[in-house]
Amino acid sequence: MRYIEPHGHMVSRTTDDYQAMALAGCAAICEPAFWAGFDRKSADGFYDYFCQLTQHEPKRAARYGLPHYSWLCINPKESEDMALAADVLALIPEFLKAPTVLGIGEIGLNKNTRNEMKVLEQHIALAVQYDQMILVHTPHLEDKRKGTRLIMDCLKANGVVRPERVIIDHVEEHTIRDVLDQGFWAGITLYPESKATPTRAVDMIEAVAAQRVWLNSACDWGHSDPLSVPKAAQEMRRRGHSATAIDNLVYGNPVKFLSQNSRFKAPAAQA
Amino acid sequence: MADYIPPRSREQVADLHFMDARYKLLDLAAFLDRLDRASGGEDHRVRGLRDALPLLLEKDEGRVAKILNLWSDPSIVPIEKADTKAASGVWPGLK
Repeated sequence: MRYIEPHGHMVSRTTDDYQAMALAGCAAICEPAFWAGFDRKSADGFYDYFCQLTQHEPKRAARYGLPHYSWLCINPKESEDMALAADVLALIPEFLKAPTVLGIGEIGLNKNTRNEMKVLEQHIALAVQYDQMILVHTPHLEDKRKGTRLIMDCLKANGVVRPERVIIDHVEEHTIRDVLDQGFWAGITLYPESKATPTRAVDMIEAVAAQRVWLNSACDWGHSDPLSVPKAAQEMRRRGHSATAIDNLVYGNPVKFLSQNSRFKAPAAQA
Repeated sequence: MADYIPPRSREQVADLHFMDARYKLLDLAAFLDRLDRASGGEDHRVRGLRDALPLLLEKDEGRVAKILNLWSDPSIVPIEKADTKAASGVWPGLK
């Protein structure tokens, strides 16, 4: 089996995880910028983080034969500080030149505040200015439905963003249909507790047209599982889905979305 | 709907997933017993959980979405400022 991990926070993971993912069939990893679990105090911290994402982490992944790509932003959890957000946003254009950067992400909302909305709008404007794809983080738990709607309204209000170049991640049963109906891609995040389990993810896949859906582990420093995508594939096999259907979901779909950026090279096409 | 769902009987579904559902239901019952043995009032998360239980017995499909919607913040405008970064799992305003 082959699969893409389209959303993994590998800076938080050990090299053993890289090895386990490679052994499980992972063919490429994409890493959006995120919250480190604590608030960084200055843009310098983000400068170093962006260097880590664009320079160090691709080398670490390469030791296991894994292409590594990244997305850049200031995460909504740190967007309440508008001055810090402005400083970080000013850093991003320089890093967009890095050959493994795929776009702006994971941007979005956390607690659905006015400042988070303003920084989201600024990120969207930056993506439009530099013709970048967008990876969206939707809020957690009770804030998800409201935040998902606000984010989609914000993307549509921009007027230029093409929904087929945007993936809205962390969808669940109460948000996936809205996201797909509005033309966006949808990401199902497989977390042991707080998002979707592999079984629920496969239930969702069986309930919607899955041509614009990807699965990801979003593995990070919290309770998460870097092998959750192959575990969802195993769940599909247990239910009788064909090898082709599984391959389309865990490999073909992410390749199709990510290939909208020519920097992404489908692993199967590599020598 | 998905393009193709492999056909399966309810018995096959039970064969695959019954034990998983069984232990989760027992874990939930044990959690409620544990709450009964503890002191203090009931917080909004547990109230939300109890409010969701009748939805499990509804006949229509879509129970997960109904529960998630029940626990969701129903407002539609951004808030001025957050007093925490974390979400609790159930909208605190749920009556």
